[in-house]
Amino acid sequence: MTGTVIKLDGAEKSFGAVRALAGVDFSVRPGECVGLVGHNGAGKSTLMNILAGTLQRSAGELSVGGRNIEGTWTASRAQGDGVRCVFQELSLCPNLSVAENVRITHGAIRGMGWKSRAGALIAAKLDEIFPGHGIRPDDEISDLPIGKRQMAEIARAFTVTTEPLRLVILDEPTSSLDAVTAQQLLAFVRQETGRGTSIILISHLLGEILAASDRIVVMKDGKVVAEKPAREFTRDSLVAAMGSEVRHSKTATAKTGKSEAGMAVRVTTAGAIALEARKGEVIGLAGLAGHGQTRMLLQIYGRKNAEVKGAVAFVAGDRQSDGVFNIWSIGHNMSVRSVAALRRLGLIDVKAEQNLQGEWRKRMAIRTDDVNNNILTLSGGNQQKALFARALASDATIILMDDPMRGVDIGTKQEVYDMIRSEAAAGRTFIWYTTEFDELDHCDRTYVFRNQGIVAALDRSELSEERVLQASFAEAVA
Amino acid sequence: MKNLAAALSGKPWIWSFVAAALVWLATITYTGGQGGGAILSAALSFATFTIIVGLGQMLVITTGPGNVDLSIPATITLSGVVAMKVMDTETSRLLIGVVAALAASFVVGCFNFGLIRLLRIPPIIATLSSSFLVLSTAISYGRGLRIKPPPPLAEFATMRMLGIPVVALFVLLLTIAIAVLLSRTLYGRSVSAVGQNMRAAWLAGFNVDRTRFSTYVLSALLAGVCGIVLSGFSGGAALNMGEEFLLASIAVVVIGGTSVAGGRASVPGIWGAAIFMYLLVTMLNTFGASAVIRLVLTGLIIIVVIVIAGGEKEQR
Amino acid sequence: MINRSLLRQALPFLSLAVVLAATFYVQPRTMSYFGLNLMLQYAVPIALATIAQMFIITVNDLDLSIGPFVGLVGCVSATLLYNDPFLGVLALLALIACYGAVGALIHLRNLPSIVVTLGLSFVWLGIAVLILPSPGGKAPDWLKAIMSFQFPYVPFPIVAAVVIGLVVHVALMNSSFGVIARGAGGNPKALARAGWSLLWTKVSMYLLAGFFGVLSGLSLLGLTTSADAHVADRYTLYSIAGVILGGGEFVGGRVSPLGAVVGALTLALAGSFLIFLKISPDWQIGAQGAILIIVLALRAAVTYGEKRA
Repeated sequence: MTGTVIKLDGAEKSFGAVRALAGVDFSVRPGECVGLVGHNGAGKSTLMNILAGTLQRSAGELSVGGRNIEGTWTASRAQGDGVRCVFQELSLCPNLSVAENVRITHGAIRGMGWKSRAGALIAAKLDEIFPGHGIRPDDEISDLPIGKRQMAEIARAFTVTTEPLRLVILDEPTSSLDAVTAQQLLAFVRQETGRGTSIILISHLLGEILAASDRIVVMKDGKVVAEKPAREFTRDSLVAAMGSEVRHSKTATAKTGKSEAGMAVRVTTAGAIALEARKGEVIGLAGLAGHGQTRMLLQIYGRKNAEVKGAVAFVAGDRQSDGVFNIWSIGHNMSVRSVAALRRLGLIDVKAEQNLQGEWRKRMAIRTDDVNNNILTLSGGNQQKALFARALASDATIILMDDPMRGVDIGTKQEVYDMIRSEAAAGRTFIWYTTEFDELDHCDRTYVFRNQGIVAALDRSELSEERVLQASFAEAVA
Repeated sequence: MKNLAAALSGKPWIWSFVAAALVWLATITYTGGQGGGAILSAALSFATFTIIVGLGQMLVITTGPGNVDLSIPATITLSGVVAMKVMDTETSRLLIGVVAALAASFVVGCFNFGLIRLLRIPPIIATLSSSFLVLSTAISYGRGLRIKPPPPLAEFATMRMLGIPVVALFVLLLTIAIAVLLSRTLYGRSVSAVGQNMRAAWLAGFNVDRTRFSTYVLSALLAGVCGIVLSGFSGGAALNMGEEFLLASIAVVVIGGTSVAGGRASVPGIWGAAIFMYLLVTMLNTFGASAVIRLVLTGLIIIVVIVIAGGEKEQR
Repeated sequence: MINRSLLRQALPFLSLAVVLAATFYVQPRTMSYFGLNLMLQYAVPIALATIAQMFIITVNDLDLSIGPFVGLVGCVSATLLYNDPFLGVLALLALIACYGAVGALIHLRNLPSIVVTLGLSFVWLGIAVLILPSPGGKAPDWLKAIMSFQFPYVPFPIVAAVVIGLVVHVALMNSSFGVIARGAGGNPKALARAGWSLLWTKVSMYLLAGFFGVLSGLSLLGLTTSADAHVADRYTLYSIAGVILGGGEFVGGRVSPLGAVVGALTLALAGSFLIFLKISPDWQIGAQGAILIIVLALRAAVTYGEKRA
């Protein structure tokens, strides 16, 4: 096919001193699915925001449907030209129903009977993309679990009234979806591109990108560093193009003599199988998203109906709502869990606090020249490192992790994996909820959750993707 | 120049002092330089009462959006009434009167927090409702009584050293204590953390309930202190003695640069703003403005100050 | 199994029923057309002020100036509108425009509404006293006529309040414009991304608040027949409490116009109830606080149960 849906030439964008985009050429053809990958801070989200009209480029040419865009490219112009975006943080109004949220993006849905029209529109699209979704148009968003919110938002992006649908940008669309719905979405993406709609897919899950895209664009440091048809990439070549070395950590082996170590956590209230964690163990929590894993972590954290021996620290996965203190510096965000222990005569020892911050900045290799900078000057991945530092620097012997690698780049992940292993060897206990199967390889034992209960406990030797899936779906597959 | 701007943006309280200085200059320019020192001295002594309750309100507002203590005026009145009645003009009963007044304030603080925490009532409504009850208690307890403060209390509240009111020095110490509390203690960190994100604060290991409890109790206790000193200053308690502090306590917090969105307190700003507010009234008096004009101008100036100071910058 | 969500929505109405029943029990003579008419005569201005407050709360702001504003509208209407209807209407329109301008200012400078409206409350009150230094002035005759309208079977204040509540409810909860307004309270960023102007949404809500504030002032003047700058000072608190009693929340665009009106009625009635109780005047105001606390505690209990269920 000829022509482009959208085309950027030499796009640049700076936030103060930070150059987020340094001259990017990027285009999408009709009916094409472009996969976009890169580390955190590579400039993907900035690029997408510029395409969607929610950020203005500092320099460069933009053309849409072959027409050069003069003046500001705003969100409403993008909307009118058929460019839609599903943002990483959800763009639904929590106090409105699913149908009412559809109204927000469609100026044409108005007048008598608008509510039922909006409801029918979204219900049909949800049925098409996610059969068996279980979402009603009059459900209030705040009553839906995060996975279903994401489904509703994705479906909303594909609804059509009077405005055309040319390009949908999906920024980490599967981050809160479980395996089944993620597959449904990818199948729909193939189907929709077949109908001529273009899609830009951003994901850290390389398998998804390789499976769904026609062409893959790799970004690094605000530039496009590689661009080829998807079939010419492999997982390893993609990772190499993104600039981090491929490492396989399967070599880590289980330690022996663990059973004699003391008990750290024991919870017997989640079904027939008790959750047990000994000192120095890494325990994985698996299963479909939203089946009680986070609840288990919070139960342990709050010490409700749970035997917990030792101090506990929590590493948030949802940085904005559970982790980062926005107006504090990087350093304060790191030391907050430790200041209680750094008191002398009731006052915080500032010197000791600074030492701790400096030490952990080095150990976690947090990319900043000054820990006194605001935490939001860091990229998402580095903020996550600061949250790890917060837990690891503390006196906690039990570390709870709530799917903390969501949207974190591979290089950072490897560093954190290594740190978890060495801290566990030193006697700390990790309880780790993860939605990425590969991460369970790092765990001594994995508990699989279904419907708020534990349905299987797998030792490292028994662990396989099939067994986890089997346990996750045992009853769901009827 | 850039450095100056950067330094200023990190210290929003400077503006309140700049504003106070400008108003003072305008006043003494008008009077031809007459009475500049006397005005400042009077400002120090009247502003102290607002500063005491402003500090408490600041702590409450810093614990996050929606947190505000509207029971401060009623607590001031209750504390004043209890102090005067228990002291009963006797110097020997001074201490027990202070303890009784603070105990009553403590109970108000506990009650406020109880409503907010146990009954899950939004703070603005909770403290408002409790202020009705507290005010009724004060009215019924102090009915028809006009008792003079014991002489030492009156002396303490009105005495000056080298032109500086002793109360102002006392409040300066109080301010320093609060500043240390905020910057160097676990409580201070937790106030800021809770103010930014309650859930994240809990997950970072803070005891959110204890923090909020301490904050509402501290605010009530400070209102209690204000009630005692104010009774000493004005020769006894009155049932409407707290009235003007409802708006004043909130105004000085905001004008002083404390973030209304929570998490960031500005202790020196309370001083600047309280002195500014007093000087403003003095200036309008000097210009011969009527009470009504003063009212309108006070309102407009509060708006102008907040417009100039600007709101929270959007986070990227 | 009780449907808790339904119970929560019904709670404002239940509270009203309980306060009403208690009043009837204490003073059976109120259980008549004239008794209700008398007890609820101020329901209309309070309900209108509460609706005004609700519009502001919808977009996550709070209006601490609505009470003095209602008082000012009364003063303007009892003087200017009475003497020169044309100028009077112009002045009232200018007041509404002021509200819109304040909304724009708050949005553009990203200001805390509490402080701005706190300052405004001084301004409104000052201007009102300037216009009418002591209580006085006259209500236009048409206004008095409207407010003393006698409705068959059901007292006028009740009918008027219910109609106001229903109209606003349909407009805000069921219209496609209302969705945008509530969405602006729920997730402003999402709304902006969808191409809506947050500035205009906020300005519209402030204009609506100004409009209903004016209606409140006019209806109050129609009842009192002469104006007083301080007559509505308490309305600020009543209106906030009414919105919350009616099931609204301070942030997140969650409001219920019908609930707000019912909440306002409950508060108006509670005032009369306390007078009938003949409790000591010392405790009048305290008892009002206690009623507020009880109703809110009930609501909290229901909502809490709902979350757990």
